[in-house]
Amino acid sequence: MDLKLDHRTEDRLTIVEVEGEIDVYTAPRLRELLIDLVNKGNFHLLVNMEKVDFLDSTGLGVLVGGLKRVRAHDGSLELVCTQERILKIFRITGLTKVFGIYASVDEAKEAHGKDK
Amino acid sequence: MATVELTFSALPAHVRTARLVATAIARRTGVEESLLDEVRLAVGEACSRAVEAHRVHCPGEPIRIELRDDSGRFEVTVSDQAPSDEIQQEQPLDLGMLSDSFMSGFGIAVIAGLADDVEVFPSPKGTNIRMSWPAPQ
Repeated sequence: MDLKLDHRTEDRLTIVEVEGEIDVYTAPRLRELLIDLVNKGNFHLLVNMEKVDFLDSTGLGVLVGGLKRVRAHDGSLELVCTQERILKIFRITGLTKVFGIYASVDEAKEAHGKDK
Repeated sequence: MATVELTFSALPAHVRTARLVATAIARRTGVEESLLDEVRLAVGEACSRAVEAHRVHCPGEPIRIELRDDSGRFEVTVSDQAPSDEIQQEQPLDLGMLSDSFMSGFGIAVIAGLADDVEVFPSPKGTNIRMSWPAPQ
């Protein structure tokens, strides 16, 4: 399955919907989208990974790259993910300490609202 | 089951094919269903690393994968032909030093975390990554 990307802005939070496989072939498209969003002034990003079937270290690299870019603007990049096979990759690499990971978009929005 | 060999040109698009083939052979060899995700990811990581290395050093050369059923274990060897003095090992996590390209070093860390048994053989003539999982008959 290829990678499908979509995004919308709710309040100050830009929600990026990702569906499919994020690997060495498709990750550049996600990278371009994140860079484009930051360049257009969207510094609070929430990446919804619930429909991601596959994620490798190339995809992790893109997410870390996005996090670095938003942090340069005092922004945030957080994730929605409950799939064990995806969470496992974050745990193996220690990135659970780097990203805020939420169980749902609503939960992330609520936490984000409290931070404002 | 006889050894299956696959060679592919060093293009990112082929990594998915390699993952699918490896997963299919693993299933047929008898690897437990719950381990197939790990096989898929570990083989994908090894192939991604090889593709990136070939794109830098030898884009025209193919990458080879061997899949074999070796007395109760499913063994995968991914071989590239890019010179490698050393493989980046796990490093302390520091966001400041992480970059998109640095993350390629995470590939080996991910493989080590997933495969039941991993050996990495870097050499000036290329790197072989051999990994295996139990495959009860």
